[in-house]
Amino acid sequence: MAETTPLIKVRDVHFSRGSKLIFDGVDMDIQRGKVTAIMGPSGTGKTTLLKLIGGQLRPSAGSIEVDGQNIHQLKHKQLYQLRKKMGMLFQSGALLTDITVFDNVAFPLREHTKLPESMIRHLVLMKLHAVGLRGARDLMPAELSGGMARRVALARAIALDPMMIMYDEPFTGQDPISMGVLVQLIRLLNDVLGLSSIVVSHDVKETCAIADYVYLVSAGKVVEHGSPEQLAQSDSEWSQQFMQGMADGPVPFHYAAKEYAKDLLGVEA
Amino acid sequence: MLDYLQRLGATSLSMFERLGRGSVFFVNVLLSIPSVVVRPRLLVAQVYSVGVLSFSLIIISGLFVGMVLALQGFYTLSDFGAEGMLGVMVAASLVRELGPVVTALLFAGRAGSALTAEIGLMKATEQLSGMEMMAVDPVKRIMAPRFLAGLISMPILATLFSAVGVLGGYFIGVGLLGIDEGGFWSQMQAKIDFDQDIINGLIKSVVFGWVVTWIAIFEGYDAIPTSEGVGRATTRTVVHSAFAILLLDFILTALMFGDV
Repeated sequence: MAETTPLIKVRDVHFSRGSKLIFDGVDMDIQRGKVTAIMGPSGTGKTTLLKLIGGQLRPSAGSIEVDGQNIHQLKHKQLYQLRKKMGMLFQSGALLTDITVFDNVAFPLREHTKLPESMIRHLVLMKLHAVGLRGARDLMPAELSGGMARRVALARAIALDPMMIMYDEPFTGQDPISMGVLVQLIRLLNDVLGLSSIVVSHDVKETCAIADYVYLVSAGKVVEHGSPEQLAQSDSEWSQQFMQGMADGPVPFHYAAKEYAKDLLGVEA
Repeated sequence: MLDYLQRLGATSLSMFERLGRGSVFFVNVLLSIPSVVVRPRLLVAQVYSVGVLSFSLIIISGLFVGMVLALQGFYTLSDFGAEGMLGVMVAASLVRELGPVVTALLFAGRAGSALTAEIGLMKATEQLSGMEMMAVDPVKRIMAPRFLAGLISMPILATLFSAVGVLGGYFIGVGLLGIDEGGFWSQMQAKIDFDQDIINGLIKSVVFGWVVTWIAIFEGYDAIPTSEGVGRATTRTVVHSAFAILLLDFILTALMFGDV
């Protein structure tokens, strides 16, 4: 029974930064074993949503349950226990810059387990092999390309064999080869390791290629959700504009301004 | 006028809010210290980084300050025929005041600014967030070892500064100006009191170490995670530390030596 319940339940979540409303009643279910994508224009708070799910931010109203536990009612120790089962891949990779690739991947194992160093070495090499970077173990993070840094971060995120991974804009700024590798890795790791994945992105083509379910978020609300195929055939003009990357539509090309001619002539509106 | 009052109120509120955040942060760091004691390797690495790497700066500065003190002191004391007291003057000035104060100011510039920049950049590059999501508490793993390292390093550095300063005074007083060597050391031994001078100087250096390291790690932790934000936080560390050191020095001096 528990297997069929969603891994994450987001219910009526409201969140503001200062006077700016970011979420105005968001509901979502993230299913176990699936790749769920959260897409939307830049600045809609997709990364904020991941931080809310990870308990790094607190909503002003509503609740978020992860694996049956309301994450914002957990004590500090319980929250950290739960986070051991949650992996997160940051947009920048967030690797520790003063230690090698090997030590970065070994970091969570050394922090949370008492495994002997010989076993940590095996585990780290296995995780690095899974992302194709076993040969880069002795490099420093500064010596890695953006795509390699994200793959190392991915190896680190799976080091403790988590139940889920959250990917924050994994494809941004990647060349086609790195992007292809990341797309393939996200799907492969999800299926082989039996994970649940949340991919936050605005790269429609790549994300839809691997997502089982997609939530479209804009202006603080879930605009539409469904499988990539369902969204491709949506009647919503906004969804069509976003999915097909059209320059003009319900989201206008021009930022709100006074009339063009009057503006050029310097006439007050 | 109303605008001015409003701005004053808003500035005061934000200052107290920041002070409150800083105090809560400090309590969290204090509560995390037991976790550092269990993992001394983290502490040793930080003592090396903030303490040992400051040695050359402290030794060179201490030497020159001691030499200048001896030069200046000699010409004043010789007017009264009291050149023999040069050793006492140099040692008392260093142990009571200049050792802790100048070391703390140099420490804020060298180690404090480095701590703020390091922690601020870790925040800007999401390394602290990454640690939180790996269930590693950055306060325990990053802040507490650095705080404890600052607290341990400052008295050692201040002692080193004073010791090297006294040697600098000796080179100038005895070596260059020809003061009697026996008198230089014996007067110093007779007049410098262990409790009144040395212990009080050490207490000052511990207090300065606490305040500088607290300011430095809090500014880094609280920095706006952009290059400009980290730059401003680093500047604030040096400026606020300098104010705090000089203010606390006055208060501590009044408490320690006010009745002498």
